[in-house]
Amino acid sequence: MYDGTLAETIRISGYGGELIKAYFARPLGPGPMPGVVVIHHGPGWDEGSKEITRRFAVNGYAAICPHLYHRAGPDASPDDAAAAARAAGGVPDQQFLGDAAGAIDFLRSLTYTNGKVGCIGYCSGGRQSFLAACSLALDAAVDCYGACVINAPPPGLPFKLEPCVHLADQLACPLLGLFGEEDKMPAPAETGELAKVLEDLGKTYDFHTYPGAGHGFFAVDRPSYRPEAAVDGWGKVFGWFERYLAA
Amino acid sequence: MCTYVTENVAVSGSAKGQGGWSSVSRATVYFDHPFHAPLEHSLNIDFTDPRDEGADASRRVAVELSAESARALAQAILATLDSGEASVNGAAAAATAGR
Repeated sequence: MYDGTLAETIRISGYGGELIKAYFARPLGPGPMPGVVVIHHGPGWDEGSKEITRRFAVNGYAAICPHLYHRAGPDASPDDAAAAARAAGGVPDQQFLGDAAGAIDFLRSLTYTNGKVGCIGYCSGGRQSFLAACSLALDAAVDCYGACVINAPPPGLPFKLEPCVHLADQLACPLLGLFGEEDKMPAPAETGELAKVLEDLGKTYDFHTYPGAGHGFFAVDRPSYRPEAAVDGWGKVFGWFERYLAA
Repeated sequence: MCTYVTENVAVSGSAKGQGGWSSVSRATVYFDHPFHAPLEHSLNIDFTDPRDEGADASRRVAVELSAESARALAQAILATLDSGEASVNGAAAAATAGR
């Protein structure tokens, strides 16, 4: 099978119709193929996030990673934009949702996609993936160690984060959760509480908590990388998307 | 874990970055995932000047330090300030007494 891919930075219409940068990668085959929105982690729109986006393309998905900190530094390097966004208190949820909706619309507008779109987010992007799954038209979602869904962040910080579990009844697509047993945010107690909420609401979900892994176990360029959890986790991610995003 | 632990501190002075010297008026101090340092968490400081509306996000001077070295630095800063200010004040007192 031909396995060529294309990957490039493009601009999409985000929150408020503003053009923001996004990293887009897709197979060069004719399709139809599903789409995936990759939501980057707190450190920003970095090389690791783009590598994840390319990995989806290599595996048959049109994938896009919007630069959620674009407005904090349109022409700055991703790390400088992330620093500016942090100093300003992070990204408001409504702004994120506008950018994610733009990414979803972009994927569905492509003639070679099959109309099915999933999302996956890491770290702060894990919470945002849950938020998107409760707020936008998605077909599947993956939350990788997203905190502050149930519990609020420590008080007195400049961040505008609020727990968003109250949106769980609006979850309209299957949710896969991948967590580390040694993580403190979210700790297993928090993800267990979220699982109970979803169970009580009758939602389709599947949570896995890996022993010997903490926060960020997918990040290959960080000390938190745990190959056993990451390899198994990738298998579960592709299994989830194959199940719910196939035409 | 993402700690989200962040403090914005008003500072006064200058810093030198890629674009040369510039004024700084804010230090954002946080202990969280670094961008570059090979650490799970680091003590990060970004010096910026948000008063300068023409400055973009690239105009920051940044460090990402291990927790241990950041504590050593903080102690060195305080010790240096104590010694330096005592020295300056002592010299000023001696000059006054010698008049």
